Amino acid sequence: MSEKKTSKFDLIISGVGGQGTILASDIIGKAAVLSGYSVRAAETHGMAQRGGSVINHIRIGCDLGSLIPPGGADIMLALEPSEAIRYIEYLSPGGTVIMNTEPVYPVSVLSGKSKYPDISAILKELEDNFTVNSFDATGLARKAGHQQSMNVVMVGALSNYLPFESEVLVGCIKEMVPPRTLDINMEAFRLGKSQITDQ
Amino acid sequence: MKNREYMLGNAAIARGILEGGGKVITGYPGTPSSEIIGTLASMENRNFYVEWSVNEKVAMEVAVGAAMTGVRSVVTMKHVGVNVAADPLMTLAYMGVEGGMVILVADDPGCHSSQNEQDTRRYSEFSMVPCLDPSTPQEAKDMIPYAFSMSEKFKIPVIFRSTTRISHGKSDIILSDLPDTNPEPHFEKQVDRWVMIPKHACVRHPQLLDIQEKVASYLEKSPWNELEISSGSKIGIVASGIASVYAKEAIMKLGLDVSFMKIGTYPVPESMIREMLDNVDTVLVIEELEPIVEDRLKIIASNYSRDIIVKGKGPNFIPRDGELSVDICERAISTVCDIDSPEIKIHSMNKVMNLPDRPPVMCPGCSHRATYYAMKKAFGPDSIYPSDIGCYTLGVQSGTVDTTLCMGGSITVASGIYNSGEKRPICCSIGDSTFLHTGINGLLNATYNKSNITVTVLDNRTTAMTGHQPNPGMGKLATGEQTIEICFEDLCRSLGAEFVETVDPSDINTTIETFRSAKDFQGTSVVVAKQPCMILARRMGIRCSPYTINVELCTGCKACIKFGCPAIEFDEESKRARINSMCTGCSSCVQMCKFGAIVEVSE
Repeated sequence: MSEKKTSKFDLIISGVGGQGTILASDIIGKAAVLSGYSVRAAETHGMAQRGGSVINHIRIGCDLGSLIPPGGADIMLALEPSEAIRYIEYLSPGGTVIMNTEPVYPVSVLSGKSKYPDISAILKELEDNFTVNSFDATGLARKAGHQQSMNVVMVGALSNYLPFESEVLVGCIKEMVPPRTLDINMEAFRLGKSQITDQ
Repeated sequence: MKNREYMLGNAAIARGILEGGGKVITGYPGTPSSEIIGTLASMENRNFYVEWSVNEKVAMEVAVGAAMTGVRSVVTMKHVGVNVAADPLMTLAYMGVEGGMVILVADDPGCHSSQNEQDTRRYSEFSMVPCLDPSTPQEAKDMIPYAFSMSEKFKIPVIFRSTTRISHGKSDIILSDLPDTNPEPHFEKQVDRWVMIPKHACVRHPQLLDIQEKVASYLEKSPWNELEISSGSKIGIVASGIASVYAKEAIMKLGLDVSFMKIGTYPVPESMIREMLDNVDTVLVIEELEPIVEDRLKIIASNYSRDIIVKGKGPNFIPRDGELSVDICERAISTVCDIDSPEIKIHSMNKVMNLPDRPPVMCPGCSHRATYYAMKKAFGPDSIYPSDIGCYTLGVQSGTVDTTLCMGGSITVASGIYNSGEKRPICCSIGDSTFLHTGINGLLNATYNKSNITVTVLDNRTTAMTGHQPNPGMGKLATGEQTIEICFEDLCRSLGAEFVETVDPSDINTTIETFRSAKDFQGTSVVVAKQPCMILARRMGIRCSPYTINVELCTGCKACIKFGCPAIEFDEESKRARINSMCTGCSSCVQMCKFGAIVEVSE
C-alpha cells in the first residue's frame, strides 16, 4: 500500500513565545495564498506571549486539517535549538532542519535547576538523522539592525525551499512588518536567504 | 481568485457574523474565542454594536435582549463560559428568539489554555438547542449566516461550536458579500413568551420538544452533512466536525475505499445515518471528546433493527480525552479495516537529549511576580494561597497558587477553607478582570459571612492572558472609546470590606508591610496591587532603563535568582548573577539585593 500525498509542502515552525513565530508563519501563509495555493495553518496563541515552547504547522497546497501528522513535515524551521529537538518527531525521515543556533534559556536553566544541552550535541543528533542548515540567525539579525528581526532572517533562509517565488514573500514582509523596521527586515531577509545559497 | 484572503479562523468567524448581518455582538474573553470580538471591535465604520461584557451570563442576556427585538445577535465565549451562562441558556431554549441568535462557543480539546476540556455538544443535547460543528475555518464562516436564518425560521437560538484548531487555525477563505440592510429593532410585548413564569414555561417546554423533529429534518438537508457510499466495502467511517478532516486524510493516506460520512449538525442527520447503515456491517465513529454521535448512532441502529458493529471510544480506537490527529485516526481505521497500521517512522529525541522543560512563565517585569514575592514574605510558606484564572496562575511555580478551580473561585474557596476550621492564615489572589467577572459575589459572601481572609486583587489594568482586552477597571470600551472607570477600593468597601489598601507592587517593602497589616486584620481584608501589565505598558511606549550587575559588589548569594525573573541569570563560571537583554527596568530585584549590586545601566 503506497502512502498518498495529502499536502504539497508541510512546514513546522518551532520556537519560544516572543520570538515572532506567528509573524513568520503569517508571512509564509499569506505569500502561499497569493501564489495560488490553499493553505492550512495551526498556531499557538495565548501562552505564546509568556515565554513558553511554541509550534506552528503550515501546510501549503492542502485542503484538509491544519495539523501535520508526526513524521510528515518536509522542513522544520527552528528558531531555537532545543525547540528543534522538542518537536523533531514531526519531521519526515530525510527531512531538512533549518536551525538558529542561538539558545533562549528557560527559567529552570537560568536559575541553575536544570541543564541546557550542548549546542554541538544537538547539532550532532540532528545531523545524524536529517539534513541540517544551522547558523546564528540572532547574530545576523543584530547585524541587520535588531535582534527581533531573527524571525525574518529565518524566513529568508527558508525562502530557498518554498514552492513559490521569494518576491512574493518580500512583498508580504513589506506589508506586514512595522514600517519603521522595514529596512532592517529587508536586510534580515537578504542575510538569511544568502546563508543557504552561499553554501 | 478575487475575495480570497488568508485569515485566522476567528477572523473568518467575525466575517461570517458581518455577512450574516449580526447587529449586537457580546462576549467575555476566553482562549480560543477571544479574537472574534477583538476583530469586530477594531473595525471602523461599524454598523453593529459590539461589547466586552463583564461575564458570559451577562453577555448572553444582553444578546438575548437584542434578539427579542428582532435583530440578529451573537454571544461569544469559551467552553467553560457556557457553565456561567447556563442559567439563561436553559430557559432561553423555552423562550426562543425573534431575531437570529448564535451562541458561539470555542471548545479546547487538549486543554491548550483551559482548566478542563468539556464538550459543548453536551449543552446542545441538554438544552435542546441545535448545534453546528464546523470542520474548517471556511465552513465556520459560511455556517454563521446559515445559523442566523435557521434561528429565525425556528425561533430558537443556535449553538455554534468551534474548537482550538478552527478558531486558531489559519486558512485561505473565500469571502461573500455583506448585506445592504438590517431589520429595524422592534420589541413586541408578548407576556406569554417573554415572561417565563411557571404557567408559561409549562406551555413552552412541550413546544420546544415539538420543534425538535422539524429542526432535525431541516438540518438533515443542510450542506454541513455529507455521505459517500462505497459499493466495494462493508465498512463505514463516520466523523464529526474537525475530526472529519483528520479522518478523511487518514483514509486518503491509507488508500482505502470505504463509506464515509461527515457530520456537522446536532441533532445528527438520522436518515443519512440509516442510509449508511443499509450499506455497511461495521461503523467506526471518530469524534473529539464525548461519544455523542456514537451514542446516537447506536440508538438509531437499534431502533432500525440493524445488527451493526459500532466502534468508537475505547482502547485501540478513539480516545475520549485530548485532541485527535491524523495518526490516531489512521491507527483506528487500520484496526477496523483489519489491515496493518503503517509503521510511521517517528524520530523522537526528546528523551535522549533530556531537554529542560519550557513552561510558560510570567514575563520579565511582570508586577504579579513582585506582588507574590511580597505576599509570601508577609504570610510565609505555611499560609494557604487560593488563586484564580489568569496570567497570575503561572505563580504556581512561586508557591503562592495553592488552588485554581474556576473563574472567580479564589475568594469563595478561601472562605470555605477558613470555615472548615483550618487555622493557618489564608491569602487569596484574583485578577482585575476576574474579580469583576465573578469575584464580586465571592467578596460580598466573605464579608457578609465574616471570613477572616485576605483578598488580593492583582490589578494589572487589563485582561492580560487572553490578549489585553479592556475591562470596566480601565475606563475603556472594547472599541477603545473612553468610559467610566470602576474604582476597586470603593467597590470593595461597598461590598463590606473594612480593610482596603492599594499598593504599588514595585515598591516591595511597602507592599510587604501592607500585607502584614492585612494579615493581622480580623475580618475580610483587601489588598489591591496596582501596576499595569508590562507588555501593555511597553506597547504604550513606557520604557524604563534596564539594570545590570556590578560584579564587584555581587556576592553570588542568588537572592535575585530566587525571584524567578527570566531576565536574571546565574553565571556558573564567575559565580555571579547576570542580567540579560530581557530586563524591562521594573527595579523589583534591586530591592532584594542586600549588597547594592544591581544598578541601572549607565548611558
